[in-house]
Amino acid sequence: METVIAVLVGVLMASSVYLMLRRNLVRFVLGLALISHTANLLIFSSGGLQGTFPPLVPPGELVPGAGAANALPQALMLTAIVISFSVFAFLLVLAFRTYQRLETVDPDSMRSAEPVPAEAGTDRSVSGDPQ
Amino acid sequence: MSWLLAGAIVLPLACGVLGLSLRPHRAMQQMVSLVAGIGHLGIATALLVKVWSDGILVAQVGGWPAPFGITLVADHFSSAMVLITAIMGVATIVYALCDIDQRSLVKDFHPPLQALIGAVCGAFLTGDIFNLYVWFEVMLIASLALLISGGRKAQLDGAVRYAALSLVATTLLLSGIGLLYGMTGTLNMADLHLRVQQVENQGLLSVVAILFIVAFGIKAAVFPLFFWLPASYHTPKVAVSAIFAGLLTKVGVYSMIRVFTLIFTHDVGYTHGILLWTAGLTMVTGVLGAASHNELRRILSFHIISQIGYMVLGLALFTPLALVGAVFYILHHIIVKANLFFVAGAAERLSGSSDLKTLGGVYREQPLLAALFFVPAFSLAGFPPLSGFWAKLLVIKASLASQQYWIAAVALAVGLLTMYSMTKIWVNGIWKARPASAEKPPPLSRPNRALLLGPMICLAAMTLAIGLWPGPLYDLAERAGHELMDPSNYVQAVLGSSETAALGAGGGVVE
Repeated sequence: METVIAVLVGVLMASSVYLMLRRNLVRFVLGLALISHTANLLIFSSGGLQGTFPPLVPPGELVPGAGAANALPQALMLTAIVISFSVFAFLLVLAFRTYQRLETVDPDSMRSAEPVPAEAGTDRSVSGDPQ
Repeated sequence: MSWLLAGAIVLPLACGVLGLSLRPHRAMQQMVSLVAGIGHLGIATALLVKVWSDGILVAQVGGWPAPFGITLVADHFSSAMVLITAIMGVATIVYALCDIDQRSLVKDFHPPLQALIGAVCGAFLTGDIFNLYVWFEVMLIASLALLISGGRKAQLDGAVRYAALSLVATTLLLSGIGLLYGMTGTLNMADLHLRVQQVENQGLLSVVAILFIVAFGIKAAVFPLFFWLPASYHTPKVAVSAIFAGLLTKVGVYSMIRVFTLIFTHDVGYTHGILLWTAGLTMVTGVLGAASHNELRRILSFHIISQIGYMVLGLALFTPLALVGAVFYILHHIIVKANLFFVAGAAERLSGSSDLKTLGGVYREQPLLAALFFVPAFSLAGFPPLSGFWAKLLVIKASLASQQYWIAAVALAVGLLTMYSMTKIWVNGIWKARPASAEKPPPLSRPNRALLLGPMICLAAMTLAIGLWPGPLYDLAERAGHELMDPSNYVQAVLGSSETAALGAGGGVVE
């Protein structure tokens, strides 16, 4: 089981890196969503996948029986999922607003924050943010 | 006194929430923020005094005993960082009363600022590595809100770059934490210190250590992971830039120091060797980047990167003196760097430009502002009677003592280049007469001027005081450095002596 998950983590990581390297903000955001899932899966598998039943404490006892699934990675994942979901929502809005204001989704042509330095010979006094 | 520890985190967060509910009443929002900032300063001072007299303070959140629950720990390093955060918080809030006034387009400043301060303190005080990740995310969300507030084109552009690289960093951090948990079965940092020594596959541990270097490296803006910083720090309002410049990268450096003194010390030659190269390259690229720019805040952004190199250098050398130097450097740098951004903002406000080509006449028209620039700028470059001199002296002395002569030479050369860069600002921006084409903006009212200059005067006075009487800060840094070098006190304070002994004898059972 661990081997399958390990391969899956690798494939997901490769896909998300591929998406993030595209010159398109929307694909980049999708890549980020995917990479956060990759990390979640990694945490999940690093806690061990041997457990066969949920870690519920039977009535009258203090600990779950032997062979219960490890609850801690699940708690960590849950936290990470909630955080990545909210960040993903923020990023979608940011990407949309950026597209509206800058009228492009290509990060290479977004030059508002770092304007291209004026070429030699042209007017060098024009620099800085036009806004 | 666990309420001191919790209060340093909860008070700003609670006041952030309160501020959000006061959104239509901006004057009240400002007052709440100011009161919260001063209250936080009080708590932080009390915390440092307590740690200074009683040693490491520990609070087990929810009453869960150490390796199972989340632990809050305040040692000398973290409580000093909390105090400096509180000082920066108050300075920024006061500066923002003028910079982001009630007519400003930036409507949401104080609530995310308070959340940011709370998250930064959380990252400093936590003793649990997953909790550290959570604080990093809270910090990221609060800083994104501050970064885009106002919605100018450049801000959105900068925020895209900032968000993208920061999220990659937190994902890497999360992966590293997951793998570390898989190997050791614990998330408590003190417990990790003991458990990593029992990990069989030390090579895998080094791989995880590299994940942490990259994750914290992006946060701290070291070479070659710094590109988000000069792309975004000059875009928001000055008050926002200043608190970012002062605090955020230093949280990355703090976490790096914490993790690489407490957890990953299994192969110092390898991990800290990488850090040493990183430190050297960071110093050089940062200062060269600064030399090639003309806009004040962009020059200063590159100097943040360059200065981060000195702090990482202190960690990379990994001797007691070097860590003392790193702690001293961080504390001095936060004050100086935030102040420089304040001055850049005031120069823009009072003289109408932030570009060295169109800026000028500051020395003639605003002599006080020129003096206020002089103190932090030449402290940054390491001039003798100012705080930066002692910080640089400690780090360079430590590198000479460990026979790393080349890195000492690099550090000295970078200091010289920093001086060149500061002189460039001084000559072109401050001394030079105002260019004929540049228009003079309307003068500020007297109270606004006081709000703008007040925080700068206080911070410049602190720089000067540290420079003239470095003793107290050195003592603090020395205690912090020795605590970092020998974490046994930290481990004992968190886990209690009996469990430490049991684990040392034969434990190491993974849950």
